[in-house]
Amino acid sequence: MTTVHEPRTSPEVGGIGHSVRRKEDDRFIRGAGNYLDDLNLPGMLHMAILRSPVAHARINSIDSSAAMEIEGVLAVITGEALAAHGLAWMPTLSGDTQAVLATDKVRFQGQEVAVVIATDPYIAHDALSHIDVDYEELEAITTPQQSLATSTLIRDEKEGQTDNVAYTWEAGDQDSTDAAFAAAAKVVSLDTHYPRSHPAPLETCGVVADVNSITGQATIYMTSQAPHAIRTVFALVAGLPEEKIRIVTQDIGGGFGNKVPVYPGYVVATAASLLIGKPVKWIESRTENLISTGFARDFHMHAELALDGDNRITAMRAGILSDQGAFFSDAQPTQFRAGLFHICTGSYDFPAAHVTAQGAYTNKAPGGVAYRCSFRVTEASYLIERLVDNAAHEVGVDPADFRAQNFIREDQFPYLSPTGFVYDSGNYHGAMDKAKEMIGYDGWRARQAEQNADPDATKLIGIGVASFTEVVGAGPSRQYDILGLKMFDSAELRIHPTGKAILKLGVQTQGQGHETTFAQIVAEELGIPYSDIKVMYGDTDNTPYGLGTYASRSTPVGGAATAVVSRKIRAKAQKLAAHLLEAAEEDLDWEPGKFTVKGTDQSVTIQEVAFAAYTNHPVGMEAGLEGVTYYDPPNMTYPFGTYIVVVEVDTGDGTWKVLEMVAVDDCGVRINPMIVDGQIAGGLTEGFAKANMQWITFDDDGNCIGSNFMDYLVPTAWETPRYQLGETVTPSPHHPIGAKGVGESATVGSPAAFTNAVIDALWSRGVSNIDMPVLPHRVWGALNGVEVSP
Amino acid sequence: MYPSAFDYSAPGSLEEALATLAELGDEGRVLAGGQSLIPMMKLRLAAPGHLVDINRVDELAHISESNGHLAVGALARHADVASSEAVSRHNHTVASAAPWVSDPLVRNRGTLCGSVAHCDPEGDWNSVMLAVGASVVARSSSGERVIPITDFVVDFFTNSLDPGEMVTEVRIPAYQGPAGGAYLKLERKVGDYATVGVATHLVLDGSGNVAEAGLGLTAVYGHNLKVTEAEEMMAGQTPGPELFAEAAAIAASACDPDDNVRGPAEYKRAVVAEYTRRGFAQALALARGEG
Repeated sequence: MTTVHEPRTSPEVGGIGHSVRRKEDDRFIRGAGNYLDDLNLPGMLHMAILRSPVAHARINSIDSSAAMEIEGVLAVITGEALAAHGLAWMPTLSGDTQAVLATDKVRFQGQEVAVVIATDPYIAHDALSHIDVDYEELEAITTPQQSLATSTLIRDEKEGQTDNVAYTWEAGDQDSTDAAFAAAAKVVSLDTHYPRSHPAPLETCGVVADVNSITGQATIYMTSQAPHAIRTVFALVAGLPEEKIRIVTQDIGGGFGNKVPVYPGYVVATAASLLIGKPVKWIESRTENLISTGFARDFHMHAELALDGDNRITAMRAGILSDQGAFFSDAQPTQFRAGLFHICTGSYDFPAAHVTAQGAYTNKAPGGVAYRCSFRVTEASYLIERLVDNAAHEVGVDPADFRAQNFIREDQFPYLSPTGFVYDSGNYHGAMDKAKEMIGYDGWRARQAEQNADPDATKLIGIGVASFTEVVGAGPSRQYDILGLKMFDSAELRIHPTGKAILKLGVQTQGQGHETTFAQIVAEELGIPYSDIKVMYGDTDNTPYGLGTYASRSTPVGGAATAVVSRKIRAKAQKLAAHLLEAAEEDLDWEPGKFTVKGTDQSVTIQEVAFAAYTNHPVGMEAGLEGVTYYDPPNMTYPFGTYIVVVEVDTGDGTWKVLEMVAVDDCGVRINPMIVDGQIAGGLTEGFAKANMQWITFDDDGNCIGSNFMDYLVPTAWETPRYQLGETVTPSPHHPIGAKGVGESATVGSPAAFTNAVIDALWSRGVSNIDMPVLPHRVWGALNGVEVSP
Repeated sequence: MYPSAFDYSAPGSLEEALATLAELGDEGRVLAGGQSLIPMMKLRLAAPGHLVDINRVDELAHISESNGHLAVGALARHADVASSEAVSRHNHTVASAAPWVSDPLVRNRGTLCGSVAHCDPEGDWNSVMLAVGASVVARSSSGERVIPITDFVVDFFTNSLDPGEMVTEVRIPAYQGPAGGAYLKLERKVGDYATVGVATHLVLDGSGNVAEAGLGLTAVYGHNLKVTEAEEMMAGQTPGPELFAEAAAIAASACDPDDNVRGPAEYKRAVVAEYTRRGFAQALALARGEG
């Protein structure tokens, strides 16, 4: 099915398919959002963190006496002090440990060494320079290759750790893959590095910890994408009773995966509040955010495709070396050590694949968060889409045709991939055909042939294609958990007597528009106008348990829970309606907002039914109209799409610009098409950033280059290309409303399209790969045969 | 981002500002647009003891043309320069560079004089000033002096101002006849410092030969670099691709760029050469009235 969903409800009700305006935007655009740094509690103290200036060193001593003498400084807390309470180390989301404040050594530049608690943030920051730390510098290990080759042990404090390997993992089947490669007519290979990047949300991370020393109640205001899970982690790490921990998130200024983990600052601020008995605020600076909190990607990838004589793919092999930094703290499901990287067979139908992965410790910041990405899907998608493009070029077939020849066909779904995923639905040819038509693919190819044929041409045209498949919506409880917590999600819905409603969610918006889209799901299911439905989230005392928002899981899991709880309520409403209409339940017809006795004009509205639930419910029925659902998804969802980019490369200085771009996305049923378009445009821009300019790198001493927005580049409207968006609709067969999730598709799918476009321009000049970011000097180096680094 | 403590005054007149600066000596720093100084203070790379905010000294906001030069006052913002008709009429290099300075937000606050005084080798304006032969007016409570830009730019973040002295104006040659110029900048995004910037400037004589050539380079040397050897070589010659290629080769060997995340030195030299050729070609077209 590739038709666009026609709304069933009126615009006033605003159910699925209506581009209603976002309810939350009134407060955002009027400057009335309520972010963490807006919170000021009586008597609140301020915390500043002293961070390591070097990447690797032994700490011989820390002298904080001069800092303590400054008026307004209440405490200087070091790792030694935390160790006395068993809090110097904490568990990571990948089963490793991470230093809260360094005790023995510092292992990356920017690592937390000590904190100052003061009456004023200026005093706290002034005091940092009065803490005297004696560092004995050690060799910095800055690449995973170096890490695996050296005898220097980065995690020498960790019991049983005898090398710098953080994990090893594999998926797929080696024997059948080897056999396919042995029989291949052609093998195409690619080595590429998906560089380290950072989610860089506009609002940095922070916490206001308020521990009441009399009641023991700990109220932790923070910028978390997963408040419920954080509460449980706090209970387990700090030994606080869980009923006395309340995590409150206010408005969050972007998360993109950066706000999933627990950071040392949260733990120390909470400990300080407990110790001093006053609220403690810590707000990260931009530099702190960029150099110390969860980075993303940093995968060194080698992959090969086996082709038969007819240019059909028969097998894929991929070997990954990931740079984990000093602590293995990927935020990912427990069973999958390299996230869902094994989705790397992408949109293509072939029987054999084998994936191996190894992670190495380095003297860099830890992280490995899923930056607008479902756990390493971004790296996987980039790899297969780059590889397929190179394969097409190598065998001399148009890259779009090569893809179409190898796509999984519409009639093959549900499709079992060679690494064990069951793709729910798809129509890859449909998205490709639409994208080609929208951009005028054949016309561009003709222009390219003409323009690039001139050997002296200084402007070369390139056309890049990417046909990604994502796996989102973690996830079914049999396979998906984080720290043992199954990855279900929840919704609680209460209909008030006047027919207004309150919906409470376990997922957590960070700007995605949940207050609107989730209200629209209820509007669709119950016919209550979306504007009458208040959506709440992010206060663990007042919302049902959930795993939070990341990996495009809100709509696939929380959205499903919302639809299911609405249907539960509709079932009770039908009984109430039967009572009011004096008819049998089965004699009632439902249309959004109204029950009608079949064959008559006798009806009651959902609002009348709601009123009756509190004023006129039948004997034997419980009063009220509310419910709660914990939804365990039967499968993941698999959004897909085809992106096509046309670029022009300037051979003189190596710059390239986008001439035209088309993005056709299929995320199943679209709840609010306007919000979906916004998600895609934002995601495309983040993909463009990675392909064009953005990365975090390090010098040989482990100094982070990319520690502020002068060096870590975020595109402005000026650089951002114009996008033409298209859609096809292939509903998810197992999701209650057929939706698949779209928050991340464009970030996942677009980087390869941009890189492929540049390589497509340069292929005839002998260039087959440039790693991202495809910086001008790298293009120039590739064209002129000059080795450039970095 | 919390700067160290500092004192602050906001004089209402130039006289008062100069008196304050005289009193403060080394401790005083002039605050105009603040687009370089404030970020440096927030990063604690700079910790001036006392800021003298000149934003109330309205008499310094001028851009005017007289006596064969454009006068740009210490409070004229980059955006004022970019939109000035006098500038676009009388100096193509300056007009061409103005929209390349950082981003619109910075251009609305930052000042040309402040940028010139800052002497950041990655800043755009001093390459332009070196190419067109500007001069800097410096005032103190004891008087005024006019400093040629070649003497003003001393080194990396170092100018030739004395304590108590401030830049009140930059004077830029205003051309009436066949002159042209361009500023070409390679940047990774809007608001970025230059990877390479090349300011070119040409004046033609009556027979169409080069009467005067100017060439300034950004971000490829310890300070903004005037390529005097190329300028002298071009004087009196017939302008065209061959001459420009020769100038480009001189520029590429005169610069001394670093290897860094913006690219290796070899690449930057290649771009210096490429932009020198392109820049002079544009300058020539403008000088011939073809631009």
